[in-house]
Amino acid sequence: MRIADWAADDGYRIFADEPTGLVYSPPAIFYPLLTTRYSLLLPPMTGTLNLLIGLSMGLNLMALGSSRIPSLIRAMSVQGVVLGIMPLLMEHHIVWPVALVALATVAVKGAIIPRLLQRAMRAANIDRDMEPLIGFIPSLLLGAGGTIVAMALARSLPLLPEHAGSLLVPGALASVLTGFVLLIGRTKAISQVCGYLILENGIYLFGLLLIHATPLLVEAGILLDLTVGVFVIGIIVDHIQRAFDSLDTSKLTVLRE
Amino acid sequence: MLTLLDFILRLALWLVLAPLLPGLINKVKAWVAGRRGPPVLQLYYDLARLWRKSVVLSTLASPGFILAPAVAWVALVGAALLLPLGPAGTALGFRGDVLLMIYLLALARFCTVWAALETGSAFEGMGSVREVSYAVLTEAAIIAAVLSLCVNTGGLSLGAILAPSAGAGAALLAGGLFTVLLAENCRVPFDDPNTHLELTMVHEAMILDHSGPPLAAILHGASVKLMLFSVLLVQAVVPLGDLAPLAAYGALAGGVLVVVVGVGLVESLLARFAFRQVPFLLTLAFLLCLFALLVAWKGGAA
Repeated sequence: MRIADWAADDGYRIFADEPTGLVYSPPAIFYPLLTTRYSLLLPPMTGTLNLLIGLSMGLNLMALGSSRIPSLIRAMSVQGVVLGIMPLLMEHHIVWPVALVALATVAVKGAIIPRLLQRAMRAANIDRDMEPLIGFIPSLLLGAGGTIVAMALARSLPLLPEHAGSLLVPGALASVLTGFVLLIGRTKAISQVCGYLILENGIYLFGLLLIHATPLLVEAGILLDLTVGVFVIGIIVDHIQRAFDSLDTSKLTVLRE
Repeated sequence: MLTLLDFILRLALWLVLAPLLPGLINKVKAWVAGRRGPPVLQLYYDLARLWRKSVVLSTLASPGFILAPAVAWVALVGAALLLPLGPAGTALGFRGDVLLMIYLLALARFCTVWAALETGSAFEGMGSVREVSYAVLTEAAIIAAVLSLCVNTGGLSLGAILAPSAGAGAALLAGGLFTVLLAENCRVPFDDPNTHLELTMVHEAMILDHSGPPLAAILHGASVKLMLFSVLLVQAVVPLGDLAPLAAYGALAGGVLVVVVGVGLVESLLARFAFRQVPFLLTLAFLLCLFALLVAWKGGAA
């Protein structure tokens, strides 16, 4: 399956009554990240879309800079919800299967996956501090540098005219890079899962470019895969914890019969 | 003749108004804490008192101990005079004066550190190390902020880049520059101006052994620096160039007041950060300014 086929959806509906666990207040220093010039210059639809992508870029940096696993999980899930409502803004008519998958995406990324991860954390009784391989400041700088490179790169890509003014491609690349940095630079299994999910968010953003061309079923399938994957990882985390008394994946290097 | 008068008037404005700001910050802190607090003019009294006192000189110190605070003071006042004051423009502006301002600030820092090292005390050395290592990050942030303003307006002089607003990156720039202001002026999340424990001081540790008029010059220079950063922040964020002259002066004064109250509130509501967290916060400030630059650059093309 090609990457482009992975993420397809047609439209979502955001539900006002999100789970209360999700109410999230980023540090005040991040609020400025939520405004971009694009929102002022481009037509309102693209403007709002770019605002949301700017928000997800800010959440990327938050994920890279957070030293506690719960805040990493929150950043990841808020990003999932933010991206989940994006197709709503791209579509003019919203039909019921689309709304259904919208509900599913927001629920899965915003509630079910974070709950599963938090449950795994509690069950395995891990402390919330991360021990990074790449420090927080270097990973922040890597993420910011990646975002800038993504911006520069996206300018030189031959995009369709209707995508030229949007931040979809830079946002996708930035999320993918953030996911990679988290996957490489964190030792705890749960933070690596968060890195993987942020990577998936980036791929999903890429998929939004092809929103008219890909079937809805694919996105539903991915959601199911993700949920099952996180569920399985939750079980694995518990087993790692029991076998090694730690979740440090760098200890999983020796093969034995 | 008129230019000279204008120049003297500006100089007087900066020199006289600057010590008001720390007093206002202390008032805000006292108000939040429910105390009466020192009078707003306290720093003026302190400066007058210090000016009348004699200097205690270490036998180790070279003439640099006296010279450096004077140079630092002149550099700070010079940097302040480069800044435009809303519709009045600048007295000394020229193409590229942005760079001169950054270098004058660096020169002032160098001189403060030099004077601190002249004492030969370990505490001063410790304070200097901290000051200089914070400066590595704050200067990067200031340069990114100034660059974003330059890219946004296409100008190279402070008068040209500060007249319009910073565009959509203004909020980013405001956050970044405010953090830089707190760090550069040794305010609370980075340094506690009221601390009495040498091990945790930064700016206060550097001036422990100064006395008399040099100390007055350092304190006054610090207040000028605080005012400089507040005026820079307000002008970078608020589009003063689009307002009528009277409204622009009002907005400038009001903006500086808001910044000062903000600093006071931050000092009242936050504790000082642990030293290992400081680089993280400063990196965030740098990134905010960098993203403002990104918005200015990318937005200009879109």
